[in-house]
Amino acid sequence: MQTVKMVVTGPFNSGKTSFIGSVSEIPVVHTERKITDSTRSVKEQTTVAMDFGRITIDNDLALYLFGTPGQKRFDFMWEILSEGMLGFVVLVDSARPETFREARRILDTFRGYSPTPFVIAANKQDDEDAWPAEDLKIALGLDQDVRVLPCIATQKESVKNILLELLYVILENAPEEKSPARKN
Amino acid sequence: MALKGNLRDVGLNQLLNLIYLAHKTGALTVQNEDAAGKARLYFKEGRLIHAAVDGQDARLTDVMVKVGKLTPDQAKAVRSRSRVDTDKELGLLMIQNGMLNQKDIVQGVKNYLLETVYQLFTWRAGQFRFEPNELPPEERITVAVNLDHLIIEGSRRVQEWEQLRDELPDLDVPLRFADRPDTNLRSINLSVEQWKVISFINARNTIRQIANFLKVDEFQIRRIVYGLQSAGLVDVLATSPARPPTPIVPAQPVGRGVLLRVIDRLRHI
Repeated sequence: MQTVKMVVTGPFNSGKTSFIGSVSEIPVVHTERKITDSTRSVKEQTTVAMDFGRITIDNDLALYLFGTPGQKRFDFMWEILSEGMLGFVVLVDSARPETFREARRILDTFRGYSPTPFVIAANKQDDEDAWPAEDLKIALGLDQDVRVLPCIATQKESVKNILLELLYVILENAPEEKSPARKN
Repeated sequence: MALKGNLRDVGLNQLLNLIYLAHKTGALTVQNEDAAGKARLYFKEGRLIHAAVDGQDARLTDVMVKVGKLTPDQAKAVRSRSRVDTDKELGLLMIQNGMLNQKDIVQGVKNYLLETVYQLFTWRAGQFRFEPNELPPEERITVAVNLDHLIIEGSRRVQEWEQLRDELPDLDVPLRFADRPDTNLRSINLSVEQWKVISFINARNTIRQIANFLKVDEFQIRRIVYGLQSAGLVDVLATSPARPPTPIVPAQPVGRGVLLRVIDRLRHI
């Protein structure tokens, strides 16, 4: 069976685990640990290795979604997870501007690995303090052509839209397939 | 929807850039965290039009005193003759009494706006909130100032801070006394702050620990240590250079057919 892979990254507590969980057909395989440092006040557990979700496309093809650990001290995992990815989603908690700089740093790191297509998901748009996606784009200092999309990671339809947008970006960048040689 | 945050995370330059590029109209309130201070800036279609600091009303007479175009006595005299406390009335009285002309007033207000915002660039931490579509009180005069030049000047001021950070990127390293016999110690005058830092130099104390103990912020400790470094008195113990990222093996090209199958399936889940 052929598999294709996408990576979901973003700062700590940006919603990566929820994002993958919303569309994965298997329960998300993740390694969560009790938090022991100052980030505890934000959430009780965090992903230290990776989240893993799957969507079966057909009998011969499956899409794997990998979530990166959000805490900085596990960023050595990012390179490993990024190998062979088709593209990546950077999730940003739109209601926590204190994480925007970290989101930009993560984006720059991933772009440094290889020129892979990506989209930015402005998550938690259901929060009244959320920055609109267009304002977030300016705040992150992104080029006009970068797609920054509103997102609610707990809602399947919203996550589907993000993944579809990423696929369209990938498709735009995909090489044209050669037509089979004609037999004389 | 109000935009909220802290200047520590989204700098004033970034905020002004956002307001400028998105042609926003509304009021930006900023509360300084390091020292007492509050400012309220008003914008119309991406241009600065009014500013008030520390809850003051920023009446035209106060503004003209601040920029040195009126003396406090002149301002008091104008206010005493004014029947209604509007900037329009105050401005007319200034012109009628030959104190200022219209050009002086407009230029004075512009200078006041610029200086107010430049002052805010030194605020490195503090809550901010942008309320869309909120305009200044009707009785106040508004003069539109383009943000592009302001942002450039702000960037220059921020750059100064960043240069210091580049000179001294890591605060989690100890200092040591420089071993330079050619340094002429007799010609060096140290400030009280520099002496305080020097008294804590040993291999166990990092720069950050010294800063915490002396209760000085990162900007101040960088400036002090940079001064000591430039004078040849101390050296910063070098840290190991960061490992360059390993290039990632790019994905094997996936055909458009495969991508279209994935898209089709996703649409129907």
